[in-house]
Amino acid sequence: MKGTAWKFGNDIDTDIIVPGRYLIYTDEERLSQHCMEGLDADFNKKCKKGDFIVAGTNFGCGSSREHAPIALKGVGVSAVIAESFARIFYRNATNVGVPLLEAPGITELVENGDEIEVDMDEGTITTSDGEKITFKKLPPFMLEILNQGGLIEYLRNKR
Amino acid sequence: MPTMSEKILARASGKESVEAGDIIIANIDIAMTHDLTGPLSVESFEKIGAEKVWDSSKIVIPFDHQVPADSIDSANNHILMREFVKKHDIKHFYDVNAGVCHQILPEKGHVVPGDVIVGADSHTCTHGALGAFATGIGSTDMAMVFAEGNLWFKVPETNRFNITGELKDNVYAKDVILHIIGEMGADGSTYKACEFAGETISDMTVSDRMVLCNMAIEMGGKTGLVEPDEKTINYVEKRSDKPYKVFKTDLDSSSLNIIDVDVNDLEPQIACPHNVDNVKPISEVDVEIDQVFLGSCTNGRISDLRDAAKILKGNKIANGTRMLVIPASKEVYSKALDEGLIRIFVDAGALVSAPCCGPCLGGHTGIIGPDEVSLSTSNRNFKGRQGSPDGKVYLSSAAVAAASAIEGRIVAPE
Repeated sequence: MKGTAWKFGNDIDTDIIVPGRYLIYTDEERLSQHCMEGLDADFNKKCKKGDFIVAGTNFGCGSSREHAPIALKGVGVSAVIAESFARIFYRNATNVGVPLLEAPGITELVENGDEIEVDMDEGTITTSDGEKITFKKLPPFMLEILNQGGLIEYLRNKR
Repeated sequence: MPTMSEKILARASGKESVEAGDIIIANIDIAMTHDLTGPLSVESFEKIGAEKVWDSSKIVIPFDHQVPADSIDSANNHILMREFVKKHDIKHFYDVNAGVCHQILPEKGHVVPGDVIVGADSHTCTHGALGAFATGIGSTDMAMVFAEGNLWFKVPETNRFNITGELKDNVYAKDVILHIIGEMGADGSTYKACEFAGETISDMTVSDRMVLCNMAIEMGGKTGLVEPDEKTINYVEKRSDKPYKVFKTDLDSSSLNIIDVDVNDLEPQIACPHNVDNVKPISEVDVEIDQVFLGSCTNGRISDLRDAAKILKGNKIANGTRMLVIPASKEVYSKALDEGLIRIFVDAGALVSAPCCGPCLGGHTGIIGPDEVSLSTSNRNFKGRQGSPDGKVYLSSAAVAAASAIEGRIVAPE
């Protein structure tokens, strides 16, 4: 996977990812229009399909709203790469099919707008300077859930 | 030897014992979803293709976030959820007139010690105050629970806060938990069970303990917990006829990290924008405020309204400041009426609204605009949480909220 890295700080909470007033919606399209709007009102327009979010520690802290990973999926984010993730968000993102890659040190190597490449099989991220950083590879069952587009699709296809 | 979390999860997974790090499948005693996370849960449930819910008596659905409906979209969500309730014969449904989910669950006797409770709301950790293992999950996980009645968990390690000392006048459970979160940081207990213990906790009411457990998630905690004692049992037996089982932590547990907290000299605490762990003692905060919100699943209980009314009685809210009081449930509202508290709020110039989540999450009533400052007794002050991303939210106890409403700036009660 290749794409542009959009960089954010520590403790990016789910109210930032999608504010409370939009939780009345459940569809990717409308939720994605407000993705990250508290920090960057144009994020929805800037982010292209296949791009990445790179962030600091505790990404996805706060509420259990599954609307947050759905919005990220809707804007086309192919993976979130962070120093660390919050607990409920980690489960929710996997369940809706957004890969979360824990890569300690990533924020020191990647700047906003850098073109980066992620190899899910190898467990590596290659920066625009050609530097490589490893992340903890996801287990096969999780990759399968993500490849199918989420837990529900995974279960339906298995039946 | 096991912690209380390990003991509860062992019981719920039908095992002799489990230990931190184990992945287990636990049977769920209560599953809660509300009007805002419910529609996604229902959509996912229907996509799974399950015909029936696993147990219609173990699902609780309160409407609290967008009540009464404030838009056609909200009304449509309510319609969808009411249809789900009817179709699956959900036994415990609370429509727009009942109150906030985390107040309803214990109040109506759905929570008892030893239960495993999941809610499609991150503040589900509140219910550990009664000795249950209670945690927030997303909507897809909730759909799985609706279908199967169980869910996989990683058994957490425990941070046990051993809290000692006597709280000074005008210092409350809210100040204790804000202080702890300030020390631990927003990810200081990620994936861990947060147990609150010690002499200060023994002295606290069940309501106070709910305040602590409610905010365990604000330091990343998987759940908040208090070991049941006589107060817990009194509370539960008055409200529930469900069987219960008391579990306590063995202090020699290898997955236990004990953190001592001395609250003798604690002063009122304020969480400043835009993170809950940005906590300062009130003496270091001097800010003018536009709006005060007294309510929420953190501090919308009768004790909070009493604390605030005591301060507001005979006083007026400052010019240029508005105050919104939202009792957390119909029961709290009724008590406040009977005790004359609502009269005090109205006379002081506050707006009193029907039980709901209110401005806590910026979705409904009392939304703040750019550059406005809100002082709130709720649990989150994230950027944009109560409306404009250019607004600011400070968090405090009910007493500080009341005293500050009178002055129009953040002050400690005298």
